[in-house]
Amino acid sequence: MTTPQHQPFPTLLKPAKPVGIIGYGAYVPRYRLPAKEVARVWTGGKGGLPIKEKAVPGLDEDVATMSIEAARNAMKRAEIDPHELRAVWVGSESHPYAVKPTSTIVAEAIGAVPATQAADWEFACKAGTEALVAAMGFVGSNMAHYAMAIGMDTAQGKPGDALEYTAGAGGAAYILGPAEESLAVINASYSYVTDTPDFWRRPEAKYPEHGMRFTGEPAYFKHITEAATHLMEAMGTTAKDYKWAVFHQPNTKFPQRVASQLGFSMDQIQPGLLVPVIGNTYAGAAMIGLTATLDIAQPGDRILVVSFGSGAGSDAFDILVTDKLSARRDRATKTQEYIARRTEIDYATYVRYRGKLAMK
Amino acid sequence: MEIPRHWRLKQQRYSLVGEVCPHCDNKIFPPRDVCPNCGGEAKELYAFSGKGEVYSYTTIYEAPSGFDTSAPYTVALVKLEEGPMVTAQLTDLDNTPVEIGMPVEMVTRKMRNDGDERGIIVYGYKFRRRT
Ligand SMILES: [Zn+2]
Repeated sequence: MTTPQHQPFPTLLKPAKPVGIIGYGAYVPRYRLPAKEVARVWTGGKGGLPIKEKAVPGLDEDVATMSIEAARNAMKRAEIDPHELRAVWVGSESHPYAVKPTSTIVAEAIGAVPATQAADWEFACKAGTEALVAAMGFVGSNMAHYAMAIGMDTAQGKPGDALEYTAGAGGAAYILGPAEESLAVINASYSYVTDTPDFWRRPEAKYPEHGMRFTGEPAYFKHITEAATHLMEAMGTTAKDYKWAVFHQPNTKFPQRVASQLGFSMDQIQPGLLVPVIGNTYAGAAMIGLTATLDIAQPGDRILVVSFGSGAGSDAFDILVTDKLSARRDRATKTQEYIARRTEIDYATYVRYRGKLAMK
Repeated sequence: MEIPRHWRLKQQRYSLVGEVCPHCDNKIFPPRDVCPNCGGEAKELYAFSGKGEVYSYTTIYEAPSGFDTSAPYTVALVKLEEGPMVTAQLTDLDNTPVEIGMPVEMVTRKMRNDGDERGIIVYGYKFRRRT
C-alpha cells in the first residue's frame, strides 16, 4: 500500500476572462514601537532584534477603520462608482467583532451598499490574498465587473513573547476588474495548502500561540517555495523574468532567505520589504508589500507576490504592470508616505493603546 | 443602548454624507431636508470632500462616560470647504499644537463603545491634520 502523497496539481488559477488591479490603496497607522523598546522592558536590552520598529494603531483605530482608509485610497485610484463594486471582502485575524462582519462597515463607509457581497475572510496571514483569489474568480467569471479584496491586521503578540517585537498593524485594499481597465494584469495565481500547526489562537485566547522553530522550514519556507515554484514552472518563468518580488514577511530574515532560495536578489524584494519599519502586518503583509512596489513600478514590470498564512498555505501571483499605472498612483497617499508619518511611542503608551491594561 | 440612532446616522457619520439644495446649491450638513439658506426643500444627498480647517477647538480632560478611555482629546469646530461647520474630535495629533486655520481632513474612526465592551462599536468622522 502506498501512502497518499501531497502532489500539487500543476494547474494555474486563471480566470476565463483576464482580470487585473484597477485600484489599490495602503494604510499604516502612525505610531511606531521600536523593537529596542520591547527589548528594554523584557530582556534588559539584550538579544538580537528581528526588525527596527513596528506600526501600532491609535486608540481609535481597528481593522474596520484602517480598511476604510485603504479602501478609500483604492477608490481614489480606480475612480469608479462604488455601486459597481459587487464584493467587499476583508481578510484579517483581528476583526473587531467575533460575530458581525467588518466588511459591511467598510462597504457602508465607501458607499458600496446594498447590492454587494460582504464577507470577512480568515486564514491567518493569507486571509487577504485568499480574498484576492476569490475576487479574481468573481470578476473573471463575469459575475462582477469590480470586486474589492482587503488584507488588514492589528496583530497582537503576548507581552514579552518573540512575536511582540514584530506584531504590527497595516494593510492594503485592491479593486479587481477587467484586464483592459487595469493598472496591473494578474496573469495567474497558484495556491499551496496543507494542514500544518505552526501558529494558532483558540477562540477564548487573547494572544496566539506558535510552534516555535516549527514556524520556519515546514511552514513558511515549504509553502512559499512550493507555491512560487509551481507558479513559475507553469508560467515558464524564472526569477530573472520578474523585476520585483514580494514575500510574506514575519521578520526581516525570512523573506530575504526565501527570496535567495528562489533565485531572487535583494534588489528585487527591496521596495516591498516593509517589515523592518512597520512590523509584520499579518493579513496585510504581502498585500502592502505589493502596494509599495506598485508605487515605484514601471509599465512592463513583472511582479511575483507570494503570501503565507499559518495553518498553513501560500497564494502566489504573477502580475504585469500596464501603462495605466503612472496616471493613477498619484491619486492617493503612497505607502512610503504613510510610513514617513511617524510618531515614536514608548512601551507604556503601547500597552495603553493596545488595551493591555486591565481597567477592572 | 441607542442602536436605532447609531444605525440611522451611519451614512452621515461614516462618510460625511449631507445634502445639497437644488434651488441655491447650498451644501447642508448635517442633513435636515430643508435648506437653511433659502428655505427650499433639499433632499438630494451630497458627499462632502472631508477637507476643512479648524475654526476653534478645546481639549477635554474630564471626558463624559463612554469617552473616558480616550481622554485627553481635542474637539474642534471644523469649517468644511463646502461651507458648513461641524463639531468633531481631532485625532493623530501627536502632542503637537493645534492652530486656528489648521487644514484638516476627515477620517473614519472608532468613537466609543455603546455601553460597555459588550455593546456595539460606534464609528464616525474625526479630523486629522492635512499634510
Ligand atoms: Zn437653498
